[in-house]
Amino acid sequence: MDDALKRRLIEAMTATVVAYADELTALDQAIGDGDHGLNMKRGFEAVLADADTIVAKPLPEALKAIGTTLVMKVGGASGPLYGTLFMSLGKALPAEPTIADLARALGAAIEAVKARGKSELGQKTMLDVLAPVQAALAAGETDLGMRLPRVANDAAAATAPLKAIRGRASFLGERSIGHVDPGAHSSALLVGAICGVLGA
Amino acid sequence: MPANPNVGIVIVSHSAKVAEGAADMVRQMVGDNVPLASVGGNAEGGLGTDVAAIMAAIDRAWSEAGVAILVDLGGAETNSEMAVEMMPEERRERIVICNAPIVEGAVMAATEASGGSALAVVRATAEELMSA
Repeated sequence: MDDALKRRLIEAMTATVVAYADELTALDQAIGDGDHGLNMKRGFEAVLADADTIVAKPLPEALKAIGTTLVMKVGGASGPLYGTLFMSLGKALPAEPTIADLARALGAAIEAVKARGKSELGQKTMLDVLAPVQAALAAGETDLGMRLPRVANDAAAATAPLKAIRGRASFLGERSIGHVDPGAHSSALLVGAICGVLGA
Repeated sequence: MPANPNVGIVIVSHSAKVAEGAADMVRQMVGDNVPLASVGGNAEGGLGTDVAAIMAAIDRAWSEAGVAILVDLGGAETNSEMAVEMMPEERRERIVICNAPIVEGAVMAATEASGGSALAVVRATAEELMSA
């Protein structure tokens, strides 16, 4: 993957997180501690600030560098979770990945995020978006650039009726029902940003 | 002065004030008998936790007998786990995160540590609070 494409991916993810920061924060104020938008914005702005160094690395090392930056800068629980996601992708992907490579690497990264968050599917988290996206990648369907953002957005919306089991939202119990999970929403936004650039 | 041989205690809260206050209570119990560090807040000084700051706190409270970490809410635990994994390998197995309330757990763990107990005993004493 060439440097310019890596830079466009970083720019697109950062621009999306910045544009939706208020919306993510509003979701998090409903069922969490209200810092998700701000934390994600701080993390990705730090990634963008370091873009020159990051894009010069091969894709696996670039992903690990993004993950490390998110761990160090995000601050909330989403730092280690998104950090683990990107670092695991970096460990599992070759420098020039195919769709099959992406499916396999995302599968491994999902397992790592599960372990980090001590969480499973159906507990109203980012996993509930990442898993169906991984399944669509693994199925190798056509027109993924159009389909994956839809899969991700639908999956994020589908977290609304779920009851939170993990994280701060779990303190609310039944009252977490009816709100989209902020981490699921930010995951769907990132999937959309990445597909917008890769357009595959 | 020889290094303190007792297990060290690290207090990780989302709030610097909570972390400092809990550390004050620990010091009142054990004085300087236990290596102690507290850390709270994100890199901008707001509420949150910061992996780099947690790593620095583990260094400040480091003891060859190990370090027990007490945390408050979710992100403090996740970020502490991340900090432990980023420590040098030979230290990692001598750092534990206690499943205990942050203030009571820190006081109980430090009191146990001040008597020279091993890391596993210090942790068990703090975690007994959850089953009491």
